[in-house]
Amino acid sequence: MAYTERNDGRKPDELRPIEAKAGVIKRADGSGWFKIGNTEAYAAVYGPREMFPRFRQNPEKGVLRCHYTMMPFSSAGDRVRPGPSRRSKEIALVTEKALLPVINLGDFSNAVVDVFIELPQTDAGTRCAGICAASIALADAGIPMTDLVCAVSAGRVDDMILLDLNYIEDSHENGVDTPMAMLHNTKQVSLLQMDGEISLDQLKQATELAKKACDEIYEVQKAALKKKFEVTENA
Amino acid sequence: MGEIQVKDKEVVVPGETLATGMDFLPSYGTRREGDRILASRLGLVNIEGKVIKLVPLSGVYYPKTGDTIIGYVTEVLLSGWRIDTNSAYSAVMNMKDATSEFIARGADLTKYFAIGDYVMVKIINVTSQNLVDLTMKGPGLRKLRGGRIVKVNANKVPRIIGKQGSMVSMIKQSTNCRILVGQNGVVWVQGDDPAQELLAAETIKKIEREAHIPGLTDNIKGFLEKNKEGIRK
Amino acid sequence: MHEDLKNGILSLLSKGTRRDGRKPDQYRAVSVEYGVSKNAEGSARVKIGDTEVMAGVKMEVMKPYPDTPDAGSMMFNVELTPMSSPEFETGPPSIDAIEFARITDRGIRESKALDTKKLCIESGEKMWMVVVDICTLNDDGNLFDAIALAALAAMKDAVYPGYDGEVIDYKKKTDQKLPLSKTPVTVTVFKYGNHLLVDPTPDEMKVYDARLTVSVLDNGNICSMQKGGDSPITHEDLFKMIQMAIDRSQDLRKHL
Repeated sequence: MAYTERNDGRKPDELRPIEAKAGVIKRADGSGWFKIGNTEAYAAVYGPREMFPRFRQNPEKGVLRCHYTMMPFSSAGDRVRPGPSRRSKEIALVTEKALLPVINLGDFSNAVVDVFIELPQTDAGTRCAGICAASIALADAGIPMTDLVCAVSAGRVDDMILLDLNYIEDSHENGVDTPMAMLHNTKQVSLLQMDGEISLDQLKQATELAKKACDEIYEVQKAALKKKFEVTENA
Repeated sequence: MGEIQVKDKEVVVPGETLATGMDFLPSYGTRREGDRILASRLGLVNIEGKVIKLVPLSGVYYPKTGDTIIGYVTEVLLSGWRIDTNSAYSAVMNMKDATSEFIARGADLTKYFAIGDYVMVKIINVTSQNLVDLTMKGPGLRKLRGGRIVKVNANKVPRIIGKQGSMVSMIKQSTNCRILVGQNGVVWVQGDDPAQELLAAETIKKIEREAHIPGLTDNIKGFLEKNKEGIRK
Repeated sequence: MHEDLKNGILSLLSKGTRRDGRKPDQYRAVSVEYGVSKNAEGSARVKIGDTEVMAGVKMEVMKPYPDTPDAGSMMFNVELTPMSSPEFETGPPSIDAIEFARITDRGIRESKALDTKKLCIESGEKMWMVVVDICTLNDDGNLFDAIALAALAAMKDAVYPGYDGEVIDYKKKTDQKLPLSKTPVTVTVFKYGNHLLVDPTPDEMKVYDARLTVSVLDNGNICSMQKGGDSPITHEDLFKMIQMAIDRSQDLRKHL
C-alpha cells in the first residue's frame, strides 16, 4: 500500500502543533522548552562560565559545548539505556554546529557556554526540537546572538514530499528524512543530514517546505521569549 | 527616510529588525546590516533620539576594573584566596591586598577567610586574558558576617540601587536593614528582625523581576507599604 | 566551611523560622502531575517549591532471577541531570545519584507495595521487570523527597503494555495497572544543632549536621530508613526525627 495520506491526517506541508516556553529551568542562566507534536525538548544554558578541563579553554573566544540526552522513558518502544551513545554524541556535535554561526563569544575567552538538551518524550524530529529549544535558551541567557536558529525535518515517504515527519513516517522503509536547521533571517543552513534515496527535484521541494516552516517556528520561539518578560500584575 | 519597527521598551529577540533606513545609529546590543538595524541579543529597546540600543534583561556579569563586587571564597591558596565573582572568571586575592595586618608566611589563612565566606571587594585590574585582581583594602570593603545573600541578574543592579541610591535607600529605611549591592549582582542584606530581612530580600527579587515595567518605584513603594510588618509565612 | 551561613540558619531556627519565612516543619508548595510522558508505561512530574523532577516507568520481559523464579522485579535509576543544577556534571552516576536511587528503591521495595509475585508470567521463564527512571529538571533543594514521590507516582500511573506471550507491543496500552497495594511516602528530616526541619532549600542543604530519610506507610508504620550527614545522632534525636517524618508524611501523601 503506497503512502498517499499521512497517518495523522496532516497535509504534506503541515507542521504538527508547536508550543514553546522560555525560562522554565530556574537554576540555569537561560532555558527553553519546545514541543512539536509528541516530541518535547528542554534546553538549559549555563554560562559563560569557567571552563574545565582547562586544556580545552580557547584563549581567543568562549567555547560552545552541547550535550544531548533522551530520558530513559522517552522513547516509543524499549527503554533508552542511560549514558552517552554514539548517536547522542553525534547529535550533540551537529547541534553545536547548528548554533555556532549565530553565537558571538568573542568577549569570553577561556570561558564555556554549556547547553544541555534533555527530551522527556520523543516522536521523531528530536534533534530539531532540541535545537529550537536551545535557541530559546541561549537567547534567554543573554548570550550575544545575531539571530535565532530554527530546525525542522522534511523528507519523502513513497511519493509524498512531507514536512515534519513523525516516528511512523521516519521509520517507513521507503522514506527519506532530512533534518535541517536554519538561521531565521537569511535561511542559511547550519545543520543538514539526510538518510535515504531522493531525486534532486524532490529534495528541492522538501527544502522549500522546511524554509517556510522556519518562519512559523520562529514566531513561536519569539513569542515564548517575549512572553517571559511581559508586563504582569503586581505580585 | 527611516522607520522604527519596534516600540520603545519593547522586548526584542536576536535578529529582530529594530529600524529600517540609514537615519538611525546602532548602539549597544544592536548592529547595522545594510539598511536595517538588528538586535544582537535579547533585550529591551531603548530609543534616544537617533540612537537605538538594547538594555540587557539577562546575561552573566562581566568583571570590570573599578567595580565593587561581593564574592565568596572557593579556595584557600598558598598566599591568598580564590574568590568566586559570580562571573565566568574567578579572581585571586593576595594576602597583601586582603588586609593591612601583617600575615606571617606559613600562617593559617583560613583564620582570615575560609571557604564559603562572603567578602566585599574591589576589582583593581582585569587583564586581556580575563585574569581578575581584587583588593579588600578600601572604605567599606570587608568580610560580610551574618545576614543573607540575594543573587540577582547583574543587569538589574542599577534598578536596585536607583537614581543616586534612592531605591536601595527606600528599602533600607522601610525594613531597617543594612544592604550592600555588588555590581556583580550579589546583594547582602542584614536585619535584626527576620521578617523584615525577608521583606528586603523579596523586595530585591521583585525589582529584578519587574525592573522593565513602568512605574517600578511606585510598585515597590506599595509593596513595602503593604508588607510593612515584614513577611511571615 | 560556611560557618556564617550555618550560624544564620541556626539563629533563625531558634526563633522557629527560616530564611524564606516557613516554619521548620513546613513543605513548600507540592504538586504531582500524572501521565506527562506519553511513551512511558507510566510517568509523573513532581514539584516541591521550584524543585522539579520527572519519573517514568518502562517495563520489560526477562528471565527471572535464579533465586526468585516466581517473582518479577523492579529497578530504580536516578539521573542528576547537569541541566538541573550547576553542581551536577555529565558522566556516570555520582555517589549522590546512586544514594538517591537506592533510598528510593528501599522505600518502595521494603514496603511490599508492589507484589512482585504478581509480576511473574511463567515460573522460571518469564517475568516483568519494572524499571523506574527519575530525571531531575530543576534542583532547588530536597531532591530526596521529590525523587521518591515522583517514583511512586509514576508507578501509580503505570499500565501494562500489550503482551501476547512473545512480543511486547508498547504502542498498545492496556488498562491494567501495576499491582500496588500501599502508598509508602518518603520524608527526609534534617538536623541542625538541636533543631529539625523538612524540605530544605539549597542553602540549608549546605550546612545540615545529619539527615534521616524515612519511608512511612499508610498505617503509620515505617518500612525503611537511611541516615546521612557527617554528625552522629542520639537515640532521642532518632525517634524525634522519625516522629517528624511520620507527622509530615501526610503533607506529601495527600498529593498522590
